[in-house]
Amino acid sequence: MTRILHGLVVGACGILVAGCASVAMDESLVNEEMPGPVSEEAGAPPDINGLWQAVGTAHWNLEGGHAIKGPATLVLGALGGIPAGHNYLDGGKIPYTEKAAAKRAEYRLEWSQWDPAVKCFIPGIPRQTYMPLPFHIVQSEQKVFIAYEWGSNSRIIHLDRPGSRAELPSWMGYSVGRWEGDSLVVEVTDQMSDTWFDATGTWHSDELKVTERYTPRGADHIDYEATIEDPKVFTGPWTIKLPLYRRVENGARLLEYKCVPMAEDAVYGHLRRGADVAEPTVKNLF
Amino acid sequence: MIKRILLSVAGLVVGLAGYAEVPMKSWGNPSLEGQWDFKSATPLSRPEFWKDKEYLTPEEAAEFEGNIIKGRAEREQKEGEVREGLDGQADVDVGYNSGFLELGSRLDDSLRTSLIVDPPDGRIPKMLDSARERNRPYVEMQALSPAGPEMRSLTDRCIIGFNNNPIRSGAYNNMMQIVQSPSHVAIHVEMVNDHRIIPTKGGGAIPASTRYWKGFSTGEWEGNTFVITTTNFKQFATPYGTGPNVVLTERFTRLDERTLQYEYTIDDPETYDRPWTARQQMRRTSDDVYEYACHEGNYSMPLVLRAARKLEKSGQKDKNWMPSWHKRRG
Repeated sequence: MTRILHGLVVGACGILVAGCASVAMDESLVNEEMPGPVSEEAGAPPDINGLWQAVGTAHWNLEGGHAIKGPATLVLGALGGIPAGHNYLDGGKIPYTEKAAAKRAEYRLEWSQWDPAVKCFIPGIPRQTYMPLPFHIVQSEQKVFIAYEWGSNSRIIHLDRPGSRAELPSWMGYSVGRWEGDSLVVEVTDQMSDTWFDATGTWHSDELKVTERYTPRGADHIDYEATIEDPKVFTGPWTIKLPLYRRVENGARLLEYKCVPMAEDAVYGHLRRGADVAEPTVKNLF
Repeated sequence: MIKRILLSVAGLVVGLAGYAEVPMKSWGNPSLEGQWDFKSATPLSRPEFWKDKEYLTPEEAAEFEGNIIKGRAEREQKEGEVREGLDGQADVDVGYNSGFLELGSRLDDSLRTSLIVDPPDGRIPKMLDSARERNRPYVEMQALSPAGPEMRSLTDRCIIGFNNNPIRSGAYNNMMQIVQSPSHVAIHVEMVNDHRIIPTKGGGAIPASTRYWKGFSTGEWEGNTFVITTTNFKQFATPYGTGPNVVLTERFTRLDERTLQYEYTIDDPETYDRPWTARQQMRRTSDDVYEYACHEGNYSMPLVLRAARKLEKSGQKDKNWMPSWHKRRG
C-alpha cells in the first residue's frame, strides 16, 4: 500500500507544473517519522506530526474540468498545461450569489492577471493547504505549527485559546483549534479579503470563516475538509473535501520554495530598465 | 571534609532546584516552546571605548541603558524636522522612524559588553581581504540605479530577513516562536514571516551544489541543548558576509521558565581568520509573533524601480542608491 501511495505522489508530482521539489538525499536515510494515526497513549489526540501533501488539481480548479492550455504553455509547451481535475466540492459547485458570481466571471476571464498566488502572495486558508507542495505539521499540546513549502508560509493553530479572535486581519488569518475525537477542528477567521480558493477567480470578502477538519484515516492519510462561510458572497456554506497524503520517500523533509524570485518578472517586469511594456502582467498592484 | 560534603550537598540542591525550573516535554527533552523576544542593547562586537572590559557592573549597565533611552527620545523629538546632511536624502533616508523601529534598550542579562564571547576580546575577527573582494560586487551593485529587483538586497526583495540565520537583534521584528515535537523543532521568526523545520535526529546531507536561501539544517540534542548545523546557503544569503562553505552552528538551551540561551558560531576560514561565537539570552514573552507579510506589502520595490526609470528618462545620473546607514557602517 505504501508503495502504491508513493507511486501516486511521485506520479502527481510529475504532472503538476510547479512539481514537487526534491533533492538527492543520503540513501541511508529513512523517514523516522512514521507514527500511527492514533496515539498509543489513552485519551491522547492522534499524532498527525509529519510531512503531508494534497495531490491533485484543487489549487487550479476546485470544481474540476478538462485539461486546458495556460499562459505557461507559450514557453513550457506540454509542461505548462493545466491538467484535468476532479471536483473537490461536497455540493459540486461553489454557491456564489448572482452578483458575486458575475464578479468571479470577470476575474476568471483574466485569471492569471488577478490570481494573488501568481504574484507570490500568501494564498491563505484553505488554498495554502492544497498548493502543490508539501507542508509539515509540528504538533504540540498547546499549539500546532504548520509550515508550508510553497512560499515558505506558515501558521500557528492555537489549541489553548478557545473563542479568541485576532487583533488584526492577516493573509493566513487566525486559527483556533480543538480536538473532537480523532479530528483536529480549526476555525480560521480574520483573513484578508485578498486571497482566492483556486485559480478560477474564486474571491471572497472580509467575512470569510473557514472551519477545517483534519481526520486521520490511516498512518499515511488524513481526510481534509474545509467548510466555507461568507454571507456577503455565498448563498450558504460549502465544503471542500480532499485527502492529504504523507510523503513517505526516504529522507522526505520540507524543502524551500521561496516564490518571490519566481514572481518578480510578473510583478515588476514592466519596471525593468528597457522594459517594452508599460503595465505589469498582473493587476491590482500599486 | 564535612564542610566539603555539605558544600556538595548544597550544590546538588541548588543544581536540582535550577533544573526543576526548566520546563520539560513529556518525551524527556527540555521545552523550548513559546514566544521569544531577542532584542538586545548589547552590541554584537565590544565597542572600543570599553577596551578589554568584559562585564559591566549593575550600576554601569543602568547608566548605559539610561543613555540609550535618553538618546532615542531626543532623536524622536527631531523626527518631524526637515534635516539635511544625509547625502541629500534627509528624512526619507531608509524610511524608518521610531514608529517602526523596535530597538533593544535592555542589555543582555549577562551584562557582558558584547554578545561575542569568543574570541575573548569580544570583537568580530578580521574579515579577510579576499572575502571583501568576493563580496564587493554585491555591495557595489546596491549603490547603482537598479535595472531590476535583482539589484536590490535580498532583504529589500523580502527573500530573507536581516535578523535571521543566525537570529540576532535588529531594527525591528525581534520575535520568534518555537513549537516542538519529538522529531522536529519548528522555529518561526517574524522577520519576512519565515520558518525553519529542524529534524531532531540529524537530517542527512545534500550535495554542495544544492543551495537554499535559508541553508540546509540538521539538528540534534546534545544533553539539554538543541544544536542546529546549517550549511549550503545560496550566494549572498550567507550570514555576516561569509562565503559558500560557511558552517553556522546554533545552540538553544532553556535556562528557566523565562529564559532561552541562544548561541551561534560562525566558522568560515575563507572569510574570517578564526571562528567566532556570540551568545545571548532570549526572554519569554506573551506577545504574539505577527504575520510580517513583507512581499505582499512591498510598496518600496516598485517605487524604487519607478524612480530609477524616471531618473533615466530625465537624463539624470544618480549613484546614490545605498542607504546612508550602510555608508556610515562602512
